[in-house]
Amino acid sequence: MTHDVTEPAPAAPGHATSGARRTEPVRRASGGPRGTGHRGDAWRKRLEILIFVTPALALIALFVAWPIVTAVRFSVYDWKGFGDLTDFVGLENYAEVLGDEVFRSAVGHNMVIVVGSILLQLPLGVAIALLLNRKMKGQGLLRTIIFVPYVLAEVIAAVVWLQLLQPQYGFIDAVTAQIGLTPPEQGWLGTPEYALWIVLLVLTWKYLGLAVLLFLAGMQGVSEELYEAAQLDGASWWQTQWRITVPLLGPTMRTWAFLSMIGSIQCFDMIWVLTQGGPADATATMATYLIDEGTKRHNYGIAGAASVILFVIAFAMALAYQVFVLRRDTKEDTV
Amino acid sequence: MSRKTQALAALCAGLMIAATGCGGSGDSGGDDNTIIWWHNSNNDPGKGYYEQVAKDFEKANPGVDVKVQAFAHEDMLTKLDAAFQSGDPEQVPDVYMERGGGELADHVEAGLTKDLSEDAAEEIEMIGGSVAGWQVEGKTYALPFSIGVVGFWYNKDLFAKAGITAAPETMEDFYAAVDKLKAANIQPVSVGAKDGWPAAHYYYWTAVRECSQDVLTDAVKSLDFSDPCFEKAGEDVADIVAKKPFNNGFLSTGAQEGPTSASGLLATGKVAMELAGHWEPGVMQGITEDKKGLGDKTGWFAFPQIEGGQGDPAAQMGGGDAWAVSEGAPDASVDFVKHLLSTEVQTGFAENGMGLPTNPDATGALTDPALADLIKVRDSAPYVQLYFDTAFGQSVGGAMNDAIVNVFAGKGNAADIVTATQAAADKEK
Repeated sequence: MTHDVTEPAPAAPGHATSGARRTEPVRRASGGPRGTGHRGDAWRKRLEILIFVTPALALIALFVAWPIVTAVRFSVYDWKGFGDLTDFVGLENYAEVLGDEVFRSAVGHNMVIVVGSILLQLPLGVAIALLLNRKMKGQGLLRTIIFVPYVLAEVIAAVVWLQLLQPQYGFIDAVTAQIGLTPPEQGWLGTPEYALWIVLLVLTWKYLGLAVLLFLAGMQGVSEELYEAAQLDGASWWQTQWRITVPLLGPTMRTWAFLSMIGSIQCFDMIWVLTQGGPADATATMATYLIDEGTKRHNYGIAGAASVILFVIAFAMALAYQVFVLRRDTKEDTV
Repeated sequence: MSRKTQALAALCAGLMIAATGCGGSGDSGGDDNTIIWWHNSNNDPGKGYYEQVAKDFEKANPGVDVKVQAFAHEDMLTKLDAAFQSGDPEQVPDVYMERGGGELADHVEAGLTKDLSEDAAEEIEMIGGSVAGWQVEGKTYALPFSIGVVGFWYNKDLFAKAGITAAPETMEDFYAAVDKLKAANIQPVSVGAKDGWPAAHYYYWTAVRECSQDVLTDAVKSLDFSDPCFEKAGEDVADIVAKKPFNNGFLSTGAQEGPTSASGLLATGKVAMELAGHWEPGVMQGITEDKKGLGDKTGWFAFPQIEGGQGDPAAQMGGGDAWAVSEGAPDASVDFVKHLLSTEVQTGFAENGMGLPTNPDATGALTDPALADLIKVRDSAPYVQLYFDTAFGQSVGGAMNDAIVNVFAGKGNAADIVTATQAAADKEK
């Protein structure tokens, strides 16, 4: 984390690798009128780095590091939210969270959303981006329409869908009934077997716009010459897209998938408004579990342990993705 | 440099001594004569009435300053939790609302709430048995100012349309009414199972019918749910669910918000009845456009009797709100709370329809006919069992509510309710 922050600070190129090389460009840059100048310059540089980095570091310490440390501390105590932390229980809370069927199913639901979001949005996003990338009438309007759900606040979108999905009196039930189908007795969000899939569909509707936008941006980066060359070789439109656009979109897709994955692991707002994790925990995610145990039941130790587990899962997945998937992109760039 | 540091250190030390000196007098939220009061009547007439009450108290007690803060209910709970968690007495209000039961016990254990047993002995005597929900180990920590009971609110017109002539008294009557309503193509009962507690109230009620008062009182203390009546109560709930009396989509129906919530369905004549507390007429008035709710069509009957149950047939299930004084609040706070329970204030409280007063001299002042009937039921009950989720505390109550909703969703049985509740309770011991 600190790495990201400090990296952009040194201004001179080719610096970060070794200590010996680091001083060289500095000396060269300052090797002018003042004989002893490089010493003072080095100090100034450090001061500069310090000044630029400190605010960011302080914010990270206050709003990222400190809450993490606090959560870890809570997680080893039995604490109701009032008074001092006195009842030390070690790793008991962790054992309890991991043994809790609701939490395990919540992790499962998170994974369904991670995988489901990518499987649904990737092909749809690429297809729509390819269409919108063609020159046609109303292109701007279409792009806007696709992007509107993403601009809406998640809670507002969720409330709109909640109204549409109302059992019996909602728009969707009315339409299903009109075309002669029977909507499920408990409503779409009230049937444990369907609820998670409905949530996944709404999430797809909401976030498809981002995928399309990123893919469109990625497509602008594909060189026009490649298309010309393909045309000269007699490639059809499909072949051009399949052999040129999609492969060159790889880095964009991988970055998008990363963002989507992180979002899915933390998924909360949409579910909280639509189902509150119900019915019968059928749509509970790790985040709704946290709220249930912490804010609602005052089991702050349990919630602390669950939040640490959520953090570890998200961190491990992010790290694995960086190492195994995104690395290809950074390598390609440097070669 | 070092001299400067020394000077700074001396200054800090001086400030600290001064600060602890101030703190030592043990007041909270201002000086000794400022009372900070949090309540949840954030709409008129309640809001204005409480402002007037505070002003009157200031006039009668020169030098005392009452700072009133009105919150929306949920906001107040969140802010109260945050204030208590901060551990900073400056953040905690002097007079605030307690719902009693396990939640209060947690506050007492953390030393946040003042023991009122001696200072308010007269008021405690006046309120009578209902104060039990706000007692911990024989000491009273808050004075309930409104206690209501949960029962079935129904639409008289729809009942008449279905040919139901008398309000159900037993489970058989209830099932017969459900069948008649279904035959008349009316959805019988709405329940906001999405929010958990409206469904859980069914179990609390069947348990009050199945279990004797002693068993329930013991369970609150010992957190032991091994008495067979607890499982029997779960089976009763499963029976009710199996009869399918509920509105379509009840698992995703909310309790009180908007016309498609459980209260909304009753208020707009889409269902015939709903199990709810004394707040229901007010909630329905808020949902309907003419602000009248069901109006004259509003009817109420107690939860049906269950054959063979050990509970007192006249016992009621409900809950209420009480005024508590935080530890370290100025002495005048206790006087203020006593004033809030006085006949004068409680009469105004009743006249404004803000709740069901606990001062016996004020109960006659209720103008709302539905509430006036309800208070008679409450006052003739031998005891009012506090909502289980409040009585057992949020942790046990939350686990219990979830298990009950599972039964509503067909994902668990009566034994699961007892197992889940006992498992959560064992963690508390």
